[in-house]
Amino acid sequence: MTETPNLKYIKDLAAGSEDFEKKLISIIKREFPEEKKEFLANYNSKVFTKAAENVHKLKHKIGMLGFERGYQVAIDFEEGLKEDNPVLFKEFILILEAIEKFLKGI
Amino acid sequence: MNCIIIDDEETSRAIIQQLCSQVDQLDVINEFPNAIQAMKFLNTNSVDLIFLDIHMPDFTGFDFIQTLKNPPKIVLITSDKNFALEAFEYDCIVDYLVKPITLPRFLKAIQKAESKETSVSTNSTESVSGISSEENDLYVNIDRRLIKIDIPTINIIEAKGDYILIKTENQNYTVHSTLKKIEEKLPDDLFLKVHRSYIINTKKIIDIEDNSVLIKKDVIPVSRSNRPELMKRLNLL
Repeated sequence: MTETPNLKYIKDLAAGSEDFEKKLISIIKREFPEEKKEFLANYNSKVFTKAAENVHKLKHKIGMLGFERGYQVAIDFEEGLKEDNPVLFKEFILILEAIEKFLKGI
Repeated sequence: MNCIIIDDEETSRAIIQQLCSQVDQLDVINEFPNAIQAMKFLNTNSVDLIFLDIHMPDFTGFDFIQTLKNPPKIVLITSDKNFALEAFEYDCIVDYLVKPITLPRFLKAIQKAESKETSVSTNSTESVSGISSEENDLYVNIDRRLIKIDIPTINIIEAKGDYILIKTENQNYTVHSTLKKIEEKLPDDLFLKVHRSYIINTKKIIDIEDNSVLIKKDVIPVSRSNRPELMKRLNLL
């Protein structure tokens, strides 16, 4: 995986407002681990339809943090899970781990 | 316009709030993490515009719309492009934004909401233009569903064997039909058949070069026999 997360979208959105930037990052830092945890719980229990819903929500954050190919992986993974096909799990989890590491560093 | 935001994702609500804050005419009067809370609010309050997430647990955005007797204008927000067709079935839906939403795309949605307001208010004096909103609509049969297309948003129609590909500003539709049939349904002043395989919306032409026109990113061939009619339609300096 060559993509790395970035804050370009958030900074564009903030349009110079540091308050908004901080607020949004703080919300993401709070929501992301909860969403990841819920996804893993459903995935490990093989409740793939629920896991697909979790991926659906995580997809937004993946896109926000600048992943383009990663965003497509999330779309494909979500569709795969709806059909009980978890083949993209390893690729998807790498994206989540990259985001987790990134969020810890900001 | 008074508006509310309904989305179970806090990140998304914060983003819509921020985007709304950059538009003077928008006033966010409340936000809700689920549709049920919003329904309670709407029992005693009226709004002009709702930013509505489709994919919410228990009660989806579409379920919510169906509970509204007189729905205000609605801009759908979603991470899923697959609902776009369903969205066209609701007159109250003015636009469909795919997350992550950018400011330019958001502003376009607000323009659409405003223009819908204008067209609604001018409907009472409709005889002025003589064009009803129904005349702007074209219903096409896709997978046994009738999908509404706003005719002025059509850029190009291309013949593809037994099918036609209708390219609009936001979406493409493949329909089992012929150019001849659809040509009869389109206003002559807007559309022109420029090639045996293409009908174009002449208002969408960006430039013309030799025997082709550019519409959005598509280069469309123009037959020699159709070129004079095309040139006649242009406001040449």
